[in-house]
Amino acid sequence: MKVNVSIVGASGYTGGELLRLLLFHPDVEVKQVTSESYTGKFVYKIHPNLRKSTALKFVSANELEPCDLLFLCLPHNSSQNKIDEYKKLAPKIIDLSADFRLKDLNEYEKWYGHKHARPELLNEFVYGIPELHREEMKKANFISSAGCNATASILGLYPLYKNGIVELDRTVIEVKVGSSEGGNKVNEGSHHPERAGVVRSYQPTQHRHTAEMLQEMSFGKQIQIHFSATAIDMVRGLLATCHVFLKEDLHEKEIWKIYRDAYANEPFIRIVKESDGIYRFPEPKLLSGTNFCDIGFKKDEFSNRLVVISAIDNLMKGAAGQALQAFNIMYGLNERTGLNFPGLHPI
Amino acid sequence: MKTECPVCGAEIGLAKDAVQGELIECTDCGTELEVVSVDPPKVQEAPQEEEDWGE
Repeated sequence: MKVNVSIVGASGYTGGELLRLLLFHPDVEVKQVTSESYTGKFVYKIHPNLRKSTALKFVSANELEPCDLLFLCLPHNSSQNKIDEYKKLAPKIIDLSADFRLKDLNEYEKWYGHKHARPELLNEFVYGIPELHREEMKKANFISSAGCNATASILGLYPLYKNGIVELDRTVIEVKVGSSEGGNKVNEGSHHPERAGVVRSYQPTQHRHTAEMLQEMSFGKQIQIHFSATAIDMVRGLLATCHVFLKEDLHEKEIWKIYRDAYANEPFIRIVKESDGIYRFPEPKLLSGTNFCDIGFKKDEFSNRLVVISAIDNLMKGAAGQALQAFNIMYGLNERTGLNFPGLHPI
Repeated sequence: MKTECPVCGAEIGLAKDAVQGELIECTDCGTELEVVSVDPPKVQEAPQEEEDWGE
């Protein structure tokens, strides 16, 4: 018996990526995909990689029929305003927007700068990083998929914060991101002559994903995370370089043990730290189309600084792939189902 | 015959027919290791030539 799902907002990059995965998932039947801009058009017109993979056409959200689960791939501040309509259509929802990620209303208003339409629902949604919330997901009806920058940063640093081995106010994270993180809406800055070749510091401070990192890694303590994001000339992918300062002078072997204890059984996390070869640390381009998060680290021999490097495909582990991983957990399926693509090399 | 990678601490299993001086790789960190003793089992980092990484 297949699970009937529909995607609301399927014409964007995240929706398209999710559709690519779902069409080849053995336990899923994609029922409807919505787009207000492209209603009536074949989906391959917008997602040309899906040509001959499906005969689906976009429908308006007004035409949505009941299904088992709805994926919401809408812009920020959309899901929360129509959540009651979506709940009537499906008993389970996975929201890929930022609307229900934060559990603290004050934090939401601080970081997003407006009132939340349905604050009483914030705690109904499980925060969508499976490596942190797998057991809650097994019983969940509502999941809020995590932000891409937050996912890479949290997965890279979570074991260190959980074990209490880093100074709580000195974490600095710099991410380099590809253009697909900006979505498929064009603007002057995305015009090719302007965008090509950039190293654009687009959010040096106050990036909203910081709030997710604080939420997931504070463990009831006051912590500070200093986060900056830089757009580079890449379509997919994200590399987070995280600087933390160890409370004690640990050896790398001890750091290895901490990561091994945390992630040895995780299907989508790989520790990448080698002393030779050309891919010694995580490299986002090798992860294109995969659901892996590769994590590496290096201890500064002259200080107590530990540099943690974390890479993902922002559209996969940072969005659609992670949402599908959560779906698999919700339905008791093998977590890897539909997510086995190992990536390409060379690329 | 089990020992530990001196770099990352991963468990290293030596084959029954392992011999002193044999080179093996750690499956976790990829470090090339030299078997310096079979009984008791012991490995150390194999000497590496300095490498130009192209930077």
